[in-house]
Amino acid sequence: MTDFSTLTRRALMASVAAFALIASSVGALAADELKIGFVGVTSGPAAAWGTSNVRSMQTLEAMYNEAGGVKIGDKTYMIKVVTFDDQKDPKRAVEGMEKMAQEGIHYVVGPNVDDGAAAVRPVAEKNGIVYFPYAFPKELYTAPASNAVLGMIANYQSGPAIYKYLMANKGVKKVAFVAANESDPLSQRDGGVAAAKALGLEVVAANDTYQNDTRDFTPVLTPIVALKPDLLVLSGVAPANAPLLIRSARELGYEGLISTETAQDAKVLAEGAGELANGFISVGGASTPEIASDQMKAFVAKYTTMFGEYNDESNTKVYALDYILETLKANPAAIDNVEEFKKTMDTFSAPNPYLKGDAKLGYVGTTSFGQKRQLSVPMVVNEYKDGAFQTLFVGTVD
Amino acid sequence: MEQIVANGLYLGAQYALIALGLTLIFGLMNVLNFAHGQMYVLGGFITYAVYGQLGLPFVLAILASGTTLFVIGGLMERYLFRTVIKRSHREESTMLLAAATAFFFDAVILLVFGEKQRGVPKIVKGVFNDFGIILPYDRLLVGLLAAISIISFILLMKYSKPGRAMRALAQDRVAAQLMGVEVERFTMLGFALGAMLAGITGGLLVTITGVNAGIGGPISIKAFTMIMIGGAGVVGGAIAGGFILGMMESIGLTILREYGDVTYLVIFASLMVFLSIRPNGLMGKPWG
Repeated sequence: MTDFSTLTRRALMASVAAFALIASSVGALAADELKIGFVGVTSGPAAAWGTSNVRSMQTLEAMYNEAGGVKIGDKTYMIKVVTFDDQKDPKRAVEGMEKMAQEGIHYVVGPNVDDGAAAVRPVAEKNGIVYFPYAFPKELYTAPASNAVLGMIANYQSGPAIYKYLMANKGVKKVAFVAANESDPLSQRDGGVAAAKALGLEVVAANDTYQNDTRDFTPVLTPIVALKPDLLVLSGVAPANAPLLIRSARELGYEGLISTETAQDAKVLAEGAGELANGFISVGGASTPEIASDQMKAFVAKYTTMFGEYNDESNTKVYALDYILETLKANPAAIDNVEEFKKTMDTFSAPNPYLKGDAKLGYVGTTSFGQKRQLSVPMVVNEYKDGAFQTLFVGTVD
Repeated sequence: MEQIVANGLYLGAQYALIALGLTLIFGLMNVLNFAHGQMYVLGGFITYAVYGQLGLPFVLAILASGTTLFVIGGLMERYLFRTVIKRSHREESTMLLAAATAFFFDAVILLVFGEKQRGVPKIVKGVFNDFGIILPYDRLLVGLLAAISIISFILLMKYSKPGRAMRALAQDRVAAQLMGVEVERFTMLGFALGAMLAGITGGLLVTITGVNAGIGGPISIKAFTMIMIGGAGVVGGAIAGGFILGMMESIGLTILREYGDVTYLVIFASLMVFLSIRPNGLMGKPWG
């Protein structure tokens, strides 16, 4: 009869063997997991900017993983999105990027603002990370910088296109600018003023600013509305402030056009300004019915199911993760080698799954930065009307 | 010029209402309620949910905001602040607790209500446009409701028994206790009233300026600025501070606009000079 100590020893050995088997299986699964990072703002007044990034990535993560993963080279990877809230603080953005480096992540979406994107540059370059900020300063994307790839259309690209269109089609001659007293909006305002002057527009207000925590914009808009501009540009306006600015301007009797070069959300505009927001011009991606593909519609439906409601900013934010994956598919050696990724960017081309027709994904930016360090996303200029965006025109950059 | 004055008065009324609840709590308990802004935000979201989403009457929504924050304020005082004040001899402990509750509310509000800016349909449509003044009717109505709330609050504090008890506590806690005022009961009532005021203000102003999860901190800072100007713990001081700040903003944003955003630079520089001359603010303590 086998004694108790032998039984115990056998049970112990069987447990160890089982554990080793499970651990090796988990290890094998982990090797087929592709981590993509996000560092950006998901709390505080600008939470909408980063949250739309995170939710876009998580929606795609779910869609790809439910379909069995993404095939890159001869391996299939399950996507894992790793997020970090930098609270719009550059010090925290650096912590976030360091965390990504510690986790062995080479591709990171974000940060969302100028100072965060600048702060993480040394960390990204030291640790072999290519990151996709939503920040406009040209020095981030111009040589010798090479690890940052702009994830959207910059205001100095969309602004001139919008002003030209409005000059030609709406007779705009006088323009006023107003911006929040923070680096991003001020820099966008300065770029917009320069572009407007270069086009021959009369700039009647170029110095007006407001504190970003302003709730009542009537005092700041009163002197601007009195100047009767044809176009009021809300430079770098946060989605939370846009409806309040529009409402205050219209209630003060302003009858001209209002525009911005940042992405907005139709529901936020509807709730905050209602019909007063009709005619408001902004820049978005592709989800207006005229140009959205079935894949885009499926993305919007999945996003809505997962998070309760859609955020129109995701029309642009949807692209970053797909660009990373498609570039890796084009050159699987770039999975853990960003130099290979950068080489691939110069010649990369793939079908754009989110637009109808034969639009392409590709890297652009040669005109603005001297090198291809920008995602080619559609420059869709929208006009808000009765609760939804309508496409005003579609342009391209570079 | 008339428009600038009208803007300043309206802004001042908004600010005065925001500052009242904060100054009441400070006057009673010597606690700067860092969660004041978050209570405002919660009140705004409750009104958004009841009036904006469920389509129930606006008055009911305001009642819901006020009642909810009244209960939350009472519970906070009873189970958090009272415990800390009894156990700790350091004033910083209540400040730290207040800061922690602010962070807690921020996180809960973001979780429950999401990150988006929210707004509700106008309660009154149309714009008053005469005498060189443009003022939407809904702002006029909210301004009127704010004035009624302020006057009601002053009358409550001045003539009602609980009001007199709270004023006595704010003036001299020990003396009030010796005179038979139930300290714990009226302290809790005061905190609950302060929270209720924050909630009602949030509910009223959501119709004009909407609400989002990130504005709690900035609202608190603005409220602190107003009570610094007017004098912490003094109702009249909070009202004066609100109107002074409103007028300074309105005038500064017009006169100084060509120089960029120097309005707040001037306001805070003036505040520093003023506080160095009158550190207790315009009306300071004691109460009344």
